[in-house]
Amino acid sequence: MAEVLVYVDHVDGAVRKPTLELLALARRIGEPVAVFLGAGADTAAPTLAEYGATKVLAAEVPAFDAYLVAPKVDALQAAYEAVSPAAVLVPSSAEGKEIAARLAVRTGSGLITDAVDLEAGEEGSVATQSVFAAAFTTKSLVSRGTPVITVKPNSAAPEVAPAAGAVEQLAVTVADASKGTEVVSRTPRESTGRPELTEAAIVVSGGRGLNGRENFHLIESLADSVGAAVGASRAAVDAGWYPHANQVGQTGKSVSPQLYVAVGISGAIQHRAGMQTSKTIVAVNKDAEAPIFDLVDYGVVGDLFEVVPQLTEEISARKG
Amino acid sequence: MTMRIVVCVKYVPDATGDRYFADDLTTDREAVDGLLSELDEYAVEQALQIAEAADDAEITVLTVGPEDAKDALRKALSMGADKALHVEDDALHGTDVLGTSLVLAKAVEHTGYDLVLCGMASTDGGMGVLPAILAERLGVPQMTLLSELAVQDGVVTGRRDGDSASEELRAVLPAVVSVTDQSGEARYPSFKGIMAAKKKPLESLDLSDVGIEEDQVGLENAWTTVLEATKRPARTAGTIVNDEGEGGKQLAAYLADGRFV
Repeated sequence: MAEVLVYVDHVDGAVRKPTLELLALARRIGEPVAVFLGAGADTAAPTLAEYGATKVLAAEVPAFDAYLVAPKVDALQAAYEAVSPAAVLVPSSAEGKEIAARLAVRTGSGLITDAVDLEAGEEGSVATQSVFAAAFTTKSLVSRGTPVITVKPNSAAPEVAPAAGAVEQLAVTVADASKGTEVVSRTPRESTGRPELTEAAIVVSGGRGLNGRENFHLIESLADSVGAAVGASRAAVDAGWYPHANQVGQTGKSVSPQLYVAVGISGAIQHRAGMQTSKTIVAVNKDAEAPIFDLVDYGVVGDLFEVVPQLTEEISARKG
Repeated sequence: MTMRIVVCVKYVPDATGDRYFADDLTTDREAVDGLLSELDEYAVEQALQIAEAADDAEITVLTVGPEDAKDALRKALSMGADKALHVEDDALHGTDVLGTSLVLAKAVEHTGYDLVLCGMASTDGGMGVLPAILAERLGVPQMTLLSELAVQDGVVTGRRDGDSASEELRAVLPAVVSVTDQSGEARYPSFKGIMAAKKKPLESLDLSDVGIEEDQVGLENAWTTVLEATKRPARTAGTIVNDEGEGGKQLAAYLADGRFV
């Protein structure tokens, strides 16, 4: 059976959930071979094996941290040349997409980004995408070269499928041309202790209706009561009420959780583009005419400063 | 020496209106209103700021697209860019990102550059990968998704706010830079700017001018094939309640029914 490269997204060897989803998708079209770059391969390998990686190609060179993106492309290309895969799957993070795109150029391959599903087809792997602010669903395939496909989080359920998953060292030579963009310093984002926005099963977002930074604690308390990630609309971010890293929408994160809670968000097109594929959508807004109510499964027209604290309290009471 | 800045821009269907696929499953660019992609305005703005801070700089805006794409170029010229370059050719219809990036790279090399500036993504395709591909094709440093940048003495520095960390980056020109919508509000064209734009040079090139063969671009030669495009069914109308003092509890009950609580 043909091998499929899966680029591993991890934090110091802790494999992030989207990679496990990719392994499940890779198993539909071939045998997953994980590509692990950076420190922690031995920590990650048992998890990767548990979810179906037949082997783990690992490389750790200082250039991965010292220079932007290109050295990782060199490494993925080395894995590509070692394996001659049937497809390459990469998580759809900003960096993941850039790595995938440059690999596609180097290997003369077609590129599909932000797939939300993947299945084997007669003429190759068929990727489903959600486009035009989720107004359309498309199915596409790569018609030239080896399919290089980036996949959004929450596109598949991780599946336990034990495989060998032995670690093999991957020899990587970083080209001088890949050392053009120096990373002078790196400041890790402070952990909030909440789930990652794009990976969370539940997202609670606040918008203009919050009326100020000082009121976002209402959103955070509600989020914490259901174990959710916190999001914010572009209006709230532009006003400086919440960090851009939490922005949901066209120029922020695109999320597709089981449950999306929109609080004080009108639902402009740039916001809808980032959340419209959520499974269940609920909203609280004082304006009954707000476009967000066109999307909801359940909506409350009312003052969020009354409704949200009552909601949080009721959830806490129900949990006992 | 004049710093040559090339800003790559895209003419896109208005994202606030309805967007469609044409019969051949390419993006419909005829039945809809088009405009300069909003996210490219940030790149034009940064180019203007860099040029204003430099001793001597010239800004060329570049696009690949149909006749109407000139509108996007004129908007950038009215904001303050110096000249425009339009690659248009019937053979380009249906070209995907790998082909478009090839044309842009050839056009950028054709006109000459020290700094290539791009927006973070288009508002139609929305892949967000073209700047990285351009860097790969041109063989120059990739400085992408910057929320802050500065150019001084032939060196570009900037901050990239990633998912897990914020990075300070540095590269020697020539380089490809993309900027996010956090980089600073784009200016509105002034009346004077709009008038001045009419007299600025707008040059049209076809594929042979930039050294591209017809079989390298177009729908038939795209690296990807769209098999089908279906309109997403409208979400079934949900339940809307007016809060009469129990709205929070009602919502909690709904969430409990759905086993979210």
